[in-house]
Amino acid sequence: MTTGDTTPHDAPSGGEPLLEVRGIEVIYDGAILAVADVSLTVAPGEIVALLGANGAGKSTTLKAISGLVVADRALVSRGEIRFRGEDITGIAPNLLAARGIVHVLEGRHVFGHLTVEENLRTGAFLRRLGRREIEHDLEEIYGYFPRLRTKRKTPAGLTSGGEQQMLAIGRALLTRPELVLLDEPSMGLAPIIVEEIFEIVTTLNRSKGTSFLVAEQNIAVSLRHAHRGYVVDSGRVALAASARELLDRGDLHEIYLGVANAVA
Amino acid sequence: MNLFLETLIGGLLAGTMYSLVAIGFVLIYKASGVFNFAQGSILLFAALTFVTLLEQGLPFAAALAVTILILILGAILIERTVLRPLANRSPMTLFMATLGLSYVVEGAAQGLMGAQVHALDLGIEDVPIFIGDVLISQFDLVAAATAVALALVLALLFNNTRIGISLRAVADDTRAALSIGINLNRIWQIVWAVAGIVGLVAGMLWGARQGIQFSLSLVVLKALPVLIIGGFTSIGGAIVGGLIVGAAENLAETYVGPYIGGGITPWFPYFLAIAFLYIRPAGLFGERTLERV
Repeated sequence: MTTGDTTPHDAPSGGEPLLEVRGIEVIYDGAILAVADVSLTVAPGEIVALLGANGAGKSTTLKAISGLVVADRALVSRGEIRFRGEDITGIAPNLLAARGIVHVLEGRHVFGHLTVEENLRTGAFLRRLGRREIEHDLEEIYGYFPRLRTKRKTPAGLTSGGEQQMLAIGRALLTRPELVLLDEPSMGLAPIIVEEIFEIVTTLNRSKGTSFLVAEQNIAVSLRHAHRGYVVDSGRVALAASARELLDRGDLHEIYLGVANAVA
Repeated sequence: MNLFLETLIGGLLAGTMYSLVAIGFVLIYKASGVFNFAQGSILLFAALTFVTLLEQGLPFAAALAVTILILILGAILIERTVLRPLANRSPMTLFMATLGLSYVVEGAAQGLMGAQVHALDLGIEDVPIFIGDVLISQFDLVAAATAVALALVLALLFNNTRIGISLRAVADDTRAALSIGINLNRIWQIVWAVAGIVGLVAGMLWGARQGIQFSLSLVVLKALPVLIIGGFTSIGGAIVGGLIVGAAENLAETYVGPYIGGGITPWFPYFLAIAFLYIRPAGLFGERTLERV
């Protein structure tokens, strides 16, 4: 389960980073500063944790990367975001999904009135596949998430929180992303389900080489599965280190997240 | 008993015409969460364009095709100039925009094609026929069949096709739809175009009955109680709501009207709608949020 010492991506020194965020500032409604200065990188095949308390700017950072800030009437007012070396700042989210960045939103956001399988299909629309290719890709996702297969005809709104989280991830994977932005996947879920979801993330990362940038409040679980981590506080990166180093500090809760957060 | 049946059936058939108008609203409400006040003007514009082309000597099919093309272009234009710049604003802002749009479309229709009344002959004979000993309007029968056929086509379109599932996805969660690559702007263009075409069909039928003129845009006012009763988010609800309104106002006019001096039809649907708001605010088939308890 400790992936930190088994993967070669701890230090993305040599190659070009897949994602590079340089000093971005994000402002809502032209007045409210949500992210003041965040820089981070994600290397190909890497799992990176973005840690911080509520309101630290994790979600906004992810939305800035995926382009969804615009839907919240916010703007990346400074800095730049590069994906595979190209500037992607301000590009519409649906176009970024086509380029290989997919965002799994905080709170799952499944299409409640669509069945589980219809939800998954929407993820494949982007690639305009034939019927047989879609079936093949669906089978692959059901392979990773066997629980979804048993619920395929159920409206997604009637499935459990864990199933919805799996569905949101599965739907995102059907866009064939290179980078998945995963926002607070542990929210409101039992520890055993959280563990299961992070296991799947690790499996996907190993077998498909998909990169993940995971925003989390749950430090313990996310760092056990990540290669590196950033800690954001009040819209700035306060700390950046390998997952191992961050775990070893042992004082992250006290410093940045408050002691109230449960240790899973 | 015959009078009752005739009144009921006549009302139901007339109700499908209300349904047709209401369906246009439902489509746009589902996709963009806005009550499109301009639907009536678009209906007028569509019918007026069609009848003008007919009067210019175009054959029926050609006039229909050209009108549909114009409606598609209009939908793209509206999406580009109104919806896209106002995306992510509050529903009230969007509603006000459609209010403005309705006057622009109405103005354009009358400016380009004049304000006089046009007669439209669809070649449907308005001769009453007897089924058993119940007298039924043949025209109403054709209108009802058209409404049902249109609803079936839309149901097929929205249930299983890529566009249909995308539309329902957008209706459920716009942000999630964007995040997985659904092109919201394209969906809006398609939905406004389809709503325009539905408006054209409704406008042709209404126009054939009462002439194509300015007052056609006021059928909006007939659609509102239908939507409240049937629900804003369901095509099936629009159909059932239309049937209820049609039957109820016809029955009320016949049986209650004589006691209070008639003229019930304009307000009775609203009376009914308010009653529904008390009992079932989301309408008969309106979507409530799906959540596990």
